[in-house]
Amino acid sequence: MISNNVSATDIVPDLQKQHRWGESIIQAMLFLFAALSVLTTLGIIVVLFSQAFRFFARPEVTLSNFFTDSSWQPQIGHFGIFVLINATFLTSLIAMLVALPLGMMIAIYLAEYASPRTRGALKPILEVLAGIPTVVYGYFALTFMTPLLQRIIGQDVVEIFNVASAGIVIGILILPLITSMAEDALSAVPYSLREAAYGLGATKLETALKVVTPAAMSGLTAAFIVAISRAIGETMIVAIASGAGPRNFKNWQDAFHNLAMFNPFKAAETMTGHIVRISGGDISYESIDYDSLFAIGLTLFLITFALNIISRQIVKRFREVY
Amino acid sequence: MTKNASFPEGQDLNRFIKRRQQKGVIWRSLFLLATTIGVVALMILLITIIDDSMGYVAIQYKVEPDDLVIGFYQGMALDAPNVQTSNDMAWLADAIAGDANAVGLLDETGYQARADALQAIDVTDAPLHDVVVVASKDNSWAQNISSLELMNLFAVTENWSDVRDGWPDAPIRRYLPAPDSPALHTFIAQTYGDNPATQPTEALLAMLVQHVSAGKMRQLIDEKPLAARTREEYVDLITEQVLAPTVAATWSLFDSIFHAETVMAEAAQIPRAQVQFHRWITWDFITSPQSSKPEFAGVRTAILGSLWVVFITLIFSVPVGIGAAIYLEEYGSGGRLDQFIENNINNLAGVPSIIYGMLGLAVFVRALEPLTSGSLFELANPTTANGRTILAAGLTLGLLILPIIIINAREAIRSVPRAFREASYGLGATQWQTIWYHVLPNAIPGILTGSILAISRAFGETAPLVVVGASTAIFMDPSGPFSKFTTLPIQIYQWTSRPQAAFQNLAAAAIIVLLALLLALNAIAVILRNKYQRSY
Repeated sequence: MISNNVSATDIVPDLQKQHRWGESIIQAMLFLFAALSVLTTLGIIVVLFSQAFRFFARPEVTLSNFFTDSSWQPQIGHFGIFVLINATFLTSLIAMLVALPLGMMIAIYLAEYASPRTRGALKPILEVLAGIPTVVYGYFALTFMTPLLQRIIGQDVVEIFNVASAGIVIGILILPLITSMAEDALSAVPYSLREAAYGLGATKLETALKVVTPAAMSGLTAAFIVAISRAIGETMIVAIASGAGPRNFKNWQDAFHNLAMFNPFKAAETMTGHIVRISGGDISYESIDYDSLFAIGLTLFLITFALNIISRQIVKRFREVY
Repeated sequence: MTKNASFPEGQDLNRFIKRRQQKGVIWRSLFLLATTIGVVALMILLITIIDDSMGYVAIQYKVEPDDLVIGFYQGMALDAPNVQTSNDMAWLADAIAGDANAVGLLDETGYQARADALQAIDVTDAPLHDVVVVASKDNSWAQNISSLELMNLFAVTENWSDVRDGWPDAPIRRYLPAPDSPALHTFIAQTYGDNPATQPTEALLAMLVQHVSAGKMRQLIDEKPLAARTREEYVDLITEQVLAPTVAATWSLFDSIFHAETVMAEAAQIPRAQVQFHRWITWDFITSPQSSKPEFAGVRTAILGSLWVVFITLIFSVPVGIGAAIYLEEYGSGGRLDQFIENNINNLAGVPSIIYGMLGLAVFVRALEPLTSGSLFELANPTTANGRTILAAGLTLGLLILPIIIINAREAIRSVPRAFREASYGLGATQWQTIWYHVLPNAIPGILTGSILAISRAFGETAPLVVVGASTAIFMDPSGPFSKFTTLPIQIYQWTSRPQAAFQNLAAAAIIVLLALLLALNAIAVILRNKYQRSY
């Protein structure tokens, strides 16, 4: 019998790392996918700036006109952006006045007072509120909130399209956002802080307001800024409920007369509402209306971008690490 | 050493503590009140929508349905051979009594007045009331007839033998009350019915031809041959073309239930209005295409458009999003470039959705028009093609939800324990093998849930699609990625913006459809999350 003695040392494996082409290709492809997001931001910036540049390059548009005019009527040469910014500011202010106190109170209730069962019942409700499309809120603003305001305050004071009902409904829209972010921030405060406060004899309210809330302040501020940013960018509610034309004034004197500029019960189109209305109609690609849309869009983008940066800086600088 | 406000003692201490506790109670109730307000807001929202989706409506017809049917059969009866009419029941009775071959209609009193010379013919399967079919006493053959024979008796038949075999060959002489008399009307209503919905196809076709212009008939025949249409289609055609109902006024469900008298009083002021309880969301509503008349409008075009757009969004953004998340979590080195990409994604998540719409307008609709309009693949009609297609809309929404999907997928991938990866590496697997066979399968439930929630967000988006260019008047179903489109939220937006009351009700019904779809999507996500939830 021929013996085939084969021992382990007879097998010489090639232990060098084998280069797999497939791995490299897949890695490159996945990198491209991730880089697509950078491409998106680049695309947004390029598109907005280049089209807005075309707008400002037109002879009838000047920067001073853009910033100081008191009406927005591109057809006759008025390009005052502040009219639109004013309306956006009004709706967001009303929205925050509604949503901030309510949201904070609900968040404190959920984080400090609620039993797990209540929390389990309330969180889905907030999730449902957050998932409702904004068009539905717009319908709600027009068919319920405006008649309600008219009944409470009077039909001659409150117009059918007005800033207040849009603002209030935007507040309801961003309420779940503030609540969930604030509640996350409050829950992230370690329990030891609360226990220390109780140990010193504080009541539950005092602990919540004077110990926990300041400790979570960076997260709360971030929530606040994200909510403002959302309110500013909101489109459909204002498109449906707050009017189909900018609140124009002949001059700034008229605007401040009787604070007409700040009347929440009259119609005023916001930046986003204007963009939607103009682009929803027949629009030619060479018209001044088309270019002006991108100028407004650029302003909007810069405002929300700035808010985003501020919020992240605040979180980074003031975050308490426990 | 001065003592500042010191901690109270004794009785003061008790009062101090009590005051603080009371403040706590007050604030706690305030917090609870705020929570209730949130819940109440949601309930009011849902109630408002349901309130607007049903209620009384006041409908005005161009031609009333019963007038149409009765007018048609009356015409048919009066065109029958050998017809004489009169307002005078007595004259009719005498004429019938004197002729053995005569048959006629009389009211009860008219019949009783000459009962000696007349006999009533019973309709066996559907006895008539308030009106009597009479023949002379000399008529020996007709005692009972079926309702079918009754119809033939007063229609085109010439002789008695045409109605039933065995009856004499003599011509039928008909004596009818004058046109539009109550007797004639009630006879027709009882014999043929007065609702177009119950009429046979031949009658419906004849009614259509009578009332619709020749040009319109040709157009209808072009759309679909007459023989191919079903009876229900004829009923719909008659309702749309001849009866032409318009909604003159609507009332909410709340008003209809609790203020019914006020509703009826208001409806009485509208001329020729019929008041019905109408439910705006019906199966017809879901399956009818869009129309400019609120009575016939449906959401089928919008639903199909939404489904197509979301489908394109899905197949674009879910693979790309998961791939990007895999790269950032598994292959990323955490260095400057990766930090930059991560910051970028977080920024993008906060950009308003309308900006994405403008990006989509400039890039997908204008710059990439050959691709999105389909002319690159020669699939598009050159005269009407432009970039405002489902493809452009889907890609725009895909970019919009991409950051959300990436962030979600990263969380899911991060939650797979390191031990899984290390075990796989320990057995000699490559990085991609580890990811594909071990990490991804364990992360899929979380990824799936997150993706479904992102898709439901895309479903409800309106502003970017309006900017990209949803069509305002589109009546044909979308046939592919290169079709023009409209989506359900955009339909709601357009209907809400119209002043007529009926459009508000339509919007409410469409909202119910949208919310139902979203509820179904979210329910699937929650079920999946609960089913596949693992704790490590």
